[in-house]
Amino acid sequence: MANMKATRESYGEALAKFGEEYDIVVLDADLSKSTKTETFKKKFPERFINVGIAEGNMMSVAAGIASTGKVVFASTFAMFAAGRAFEQVRNSIGYPNLNVKIGATHAGISVGEDGASHQCLEDIALMRSIPNMVVINPADHVEAMAAVKAAILHDGPVYLRFGRLAVPVIFDEETYKFELGKGVQISDGSDVSLIATGLMVPEAIKAAEILASEGISARVINIHTIKPIDVDIIVKAARETGAVVTAEEHNIIGGLGSAVAEVLCENYPVPMQRVGTRDVFGRSGKPAELLKMYNLTADDIANAAREVIKRK
Amino acid sequence: MDKVLKKELMIIANRIRKHALLAVYSANSGHPGGSLSISDILAVLYFKQMKNLDPKNPKNPDRDRLVLSKGHCAPALYGALAEKGFFPKEDISSFRQAHSYLQGHPDMKGVPGVDMSTGSLGQGISAACGMAIAGKLANKDYRVYAILGDGELEEGQVWEAAMFAAQYKLDNLTAFVDFNNLQIDGKLCDVCSPLPIDKKFEAFNWHVITIDGHDVEQIDNAIEEAKTIKGKPTLILANCVKGKNVSFMENQPQWHGSAPNKEQYEAAVAEIDAIIKELEVM
Ligand SMILES: Cc1ncc(C[n+]2csc(CCOP(=O)(O)OP(=O)(O)O)c2C)c(N)n1
Ligand SMILES: [Mg+2]
Repeated sequence: MANMKATRESYGEALAKFGEEYDIVVLDADLSKSTKTETFKKKFPERFINVGIAEGNMMSVAAGIASTGKVVFASTFAMFAAGRAFEQVRNSIGYPNLNVKIGATHAGISVGEDGASHQCLEDIALMRSIPNMVVINPADHVEAMAAVKAAILHDGPVYLRFGRLAVPVIFDEETYKFELGKGVQISDGSDVSLIATGLMVPEAIKAAEILASEGISARVINIHTIKPIDVDIIVKAARETGAVVTAEEHNIIGGLGSAVAEVLCENYPVPMQRVGTRDVFGRSGKPAELLKMYNLTADDIANAAREVIKRK
Repeated sequence: MDKVLKKELMIIANRIRKHALLAVYSANSGHPGGSLSISDILAVLYFKQMKNLDPKNPKNPDRDRLVLSKGHCAPALYGALAEKGFFPKEDISSFRQAHSYLQGHPDMKGVPGVDMSTGSLGQGISAACGMAIAGKLANKDYRVYAILGDGELEEGQVWEAAMFAAQYKLDNLTAFVDFNNLQIDGKLCDVCSPLPIDKKFEAFNWHVITIDGHDVEQIDNAIEEAKTIKGKPTLILANCVKGKNVSFMENQPQWHGSAPNKEQYEAAVAEIDAIIKELEVM
């Protein structure tokens, strides 16, 4: 079995690692043990600031620090980063185009037992709609580490989406190269394209294996940067395979599925199907159970692929 | 307070603690510390003070209401509601399971007796203000209670609500602050201190009463006093111990949001059983 690691762990490690080379400041809102910014705090206590349970304040404080020329990471759960503090992010960070990196952990339904109030399934939609904001949703540990570095090097606001649940490490640290705004083709195929993000990427890889056993050739594409989205890789996939399935741990409204649909509609419409939560709130439960209950598994992606192929 | 009643309330408070521990242990997830700290307050509210509660008609429009603004302490709220008969006690062990209606944070759609869905800190107190002003608009004399965490006071929304409640003279609103001095990342003063709490609420034109949050008599007296205060909301600043009555959980920040293993669970229950037994023979 593959190594397992939650991308929030990678986030904490990345901050501690790149904190050596870069003069970053890290803020948290009373969740440093959960967001793993604690890893950074232990190493660089003088560059760590706990703002308390005050996410709106945190975002505007981060904006102020960034206005002096520093790179700032502001961390809390996705629900409170993108949700609670949306307008502060929009007006204090997005509008002035400040160098704030929002490290949002505990995104999606895989939060598990805390339930609907803590399972953010809207953050991609919210953050994607803010001008200047870059939105990144890494699939595994290797990609998450690389994404943090890319966020530091990028001049402007970035929303980084991390998970609570341990997920398989699918990329090789030695060979993996992260390019902001570029999709990653994981495997080639000709009958359908499976375009996935975050923890749905390993599920899409499994789905392609299921489909292959039935004689269906599926291309798998990992979209780590949801905004700006890689138009070329999506259009090419549509042109060469004629059908697209998107897969994300997010509402089908406004997330990756919507972003891909926008690209296809304007450039090269083909039948497509979205795998994601279907405009419903989550609930408490064990992460694996919930992913199944809400149809976020390899089987669900394979089913969607069989359906969309019929519509070609 | 009548001695028999006092003893009864103390026993109920500790039964609520046991339900809360069972919930968190069964789910292997949840928040024991802050649940144990508000159990005495919940016992007095649900078993002495709150009026027109009817487990057969949980949405009775004339009922007193409780908003658990620190929604992560649902295990204690569910314990009180089960004791009161809103749902079977046996269901408590299904807390946080995918097949259960007992959601990790209070869910007013699915859990009988829950008056407001909470979990995102700072919002419950505003909803309580809404219920209180609605009571005034409709000429109803129900009362509204809210329980906040002391860390929760760091949310700016709490102070927006505090201003609102005073402006609209919500004397039918009584809010408790569970002053246990801990939040997730440690002591309040090491994170972003909201102290002094009493002076802040006084400055916001609230009537403030400070009590021992584990003394059912003091809790009851404070609520009685709140009922006599006209033209102002009341804040009951309850000095509490996070993890109260489980020796190894008391004042330990790591028990904010972690579940006990089997050994720890059994040890915790044994401590509370001993307290109940002592009360019973008193
Ligand atoms: C808006 C919001 N931010 C963060 C959290 C995560 N969180 C849950 S409990 C908690 C600490 C609460 O401390 P306190 O209010 O003192 O509660 P208590 O000590 O009574 O458990 C935090 C930060 C949340 N639920 N809501
Ligand atoms: Mg506290």
